[in-house]
Amino acid sequence: MKKSITKGYIINIAVIAALMVGFELIKSATGDSQTFKLILVPSLWQCCYLIILAASLNLVLGFLGQLSLGHCGFMAIGAYAAALISLACERAGVFADKSSFSFILVLLGCILAAGILAALIGLLVGIPALRLRGDYLAIITLGFGMIIVNIINNLPFAGQEGLSLGSASASLYKNGLGFGTASKVTFVWVAIIVTLICLTMMFMFIRSKYGRAIKAIRDDEIAAAASGINTSYYKIFTFTYSAFFSGVAGALYACANATLSTSSFAFTNGGILNSTFIVVMVVLGGMGSLTGSVISAIIMFILNYEIKNGIWVKSLTGFLGGMFAYPMLVYAIILIVVIMFRPKGIFGTYELSLVNLIKDIKNYRAKKSKKPDKKEAK
Amino acid sequence: MSTFIQTLIVGLRLGSIYALVALGYTMVYGIIRLINFAHGDFIMVGGYTMIFTIPVVLALGLPAWSSALFAILICAVVGMSTELVAYRPIRKRGTSMTALITAIAVSLLLENLAQAIPAIGPNPVVTSQIFSTGGFSISGVTMEWTTVLTIVISAVVMVVLYQFTQKTRLGRAMRCVSEDKEASILMGINVNNTILLTFAIGSGLSAVAALMYIAQYPKVYTTMGAMLGLKAFVAAVLGGIGIIPGAMLGGLIIGLVESFTTSYVSSSMADTFVFLILIVVLVIKPAGILGKNVGEKV
Repeated sequence: MKKSITKGYIINIAVIAALMVGFELIKSATGDSQTFKLILVPSLWQCCYLIILAASLNLVLGFLGQLSLGHCGFMAIGAYAAALISLACERAGVFADKSSFSFILVLLGCILAAGILAALIGLLVGIPALRLRGDYLAIITLGFGMIIVNIINNLPFAGQEGLSLGSASASLYKNGLGFGTASKVTFVWVAIIVTLICLTMMFMFIRSKYGRAIKAIRDDEIAAAASGINTSYYKIFTFTYSAFFSGVAGALYACANATLSTSSFAFTNGGILNSTFIVVMVVLGGMGSLTGSVISAIIMFILNYEIKNGIWVKSLTGFLGGMFAYPMLVYAIILIVVIMFRPKGIFGTYELSLVNLIKDIKNYRAKKSKKPDKKEAK
Repeated sequence: MSTFIQTLIVGLRLGSIYALVALGYTMVYGIIRLINFAHGDFIMVGGYTMIFTIPVVLALGLPAWSSALFAILICAVVGMSTELVAYRPIRKRGTSMTALITAIAVSLLLENLAQAIPAIGPNPVVTSQIFSTGGFSISGVTMEWTTVLTIVISAVVMVVLYQFTQKTRLGRAMRCVSEDKEASILMGINVNNTILLTFAIGSGLSAVAALMYIAQYPKVYTTMGAMLGLKAFVAAVLGGIGIIPGAMLGGLIIGLVESFTTSYVSSSMADTFVFLILIVVLVIKPAGILGKNVGEKV
């Protein structure tokens, strides 16, 4: 048993290291080209925070079985916290140049602080909210998400127009964590490492005692309580844990964008970032599969990118062209189609594991080859 | 003092619009236990129907408000087809969670589909005046005719609806289905048709709310229903979801809270207070003001 766990760690670390080396090779080969700087690196940043967001919502939606519609509120807290702390550091003159070691410390500190603040607010929200379940929980989290955004709007130092136009001026924020193209390329490893650490923490969480407990709560809350699981403790813990990661995602978002505005964190808007979009990602990937969330975050990012920038979209005319002018329409259709025809999502509850991959494929093939036999027998 | 009364009147007017929308929410929730997120967008459908039918109606020599009849018809059709196409298949196979996600998806679909239709587009459209302008004023307090009509019409609609659910056969059937679906099948009630009727009535009410809304704020845009619908849902939860008098009470309270915060605290904080009330109510008394706590059966 123990041997296979060690084996798993070694395989995973080896694969990650191989991927990182591959990325470095690509970087050294094409590092100066415009495609790399302006398309590939920003895309990586976006993918990173989308992956963390989708996976963290999946903890609540897929594993705990509670619909939270205010996930972007926690992300907004993380983003604003990271931006404001970095601004404060900037004003205190902690990091003059971005290559120094202290800058990286501040950067990681900001990300951690953003996560912890979001987790604290998540705890405060979770204690009253998780007394309810189902529809009421959805509505109350939606309400909290709106309140958070509304309060940030009314903060004197954050401002309605966002950090770029509010009391903190754009140039200051850009000197803080708001990365320009060059810094994005330099610090892309931070985003990747943070995403990997977050994913590892979430995988470990769902395989631990906590993960088994919340799956039991999802399947039957009354039975779980009867078996001695402290349901409210586990629910609030999961909610807080999930809020932590959305705060981290918010901090990454703050790094990747030189301006922040609360309208990006609303319940629905035309852009890629809203609570509904995260729900679409989780449902598409499969409620209860972190692998699914990662894959579907990447799929949805590519889809969004294609809708916004693809050449084939521009060639469409008439109603079809109008349809692609409003990406949320496409996502709504995807959501309905997935819910109707494959409610489990792409992966269902399947988790990818490199150790078991070969075994899983073999089992799948065996299942597939068995099916036709049955029909013949009939 | 006159500011206070003016605020009170504004609150009542807003509240009666919320109450009308909340009635639709509460009826649908009461019967199928599903938050119909798309309900707010039925208001938008009603608004645009009126935009397109007002010129027709005026050409026929009828008053502008009669276009609301078309709006009610269209909204009822949209509501029923939503139930038939999206909610009914999901209800048969999925869990309550998938049904809720479908409702969100339908809401998004309606909003964005409207934007994608070239004749509607994303920009707001300004409507013509629906009711006659003017009003009267008593000791510094101005009452516009629109305000009076809004409050009176919604009060009448609510009373009629309440009597409908209490006295008529169809209304009784609706109450039966919301209480116990299996038992009402045994009593010979056609459950699916009753649910369809509930959707039709609820969506029709949202068209009436659309009339009131654009009589007051003569602007129609595709996301007009989103916030209105959410606040109306808050109203329905506040009063006790599934209970018709509760929806009226909740609507009026939400309207008053909103108008008083707007005029005495800050206009940008009004939404915060509305949702704060929801949270306080859900924490203290999840069944709502008029609701009764029901124990869970294992």
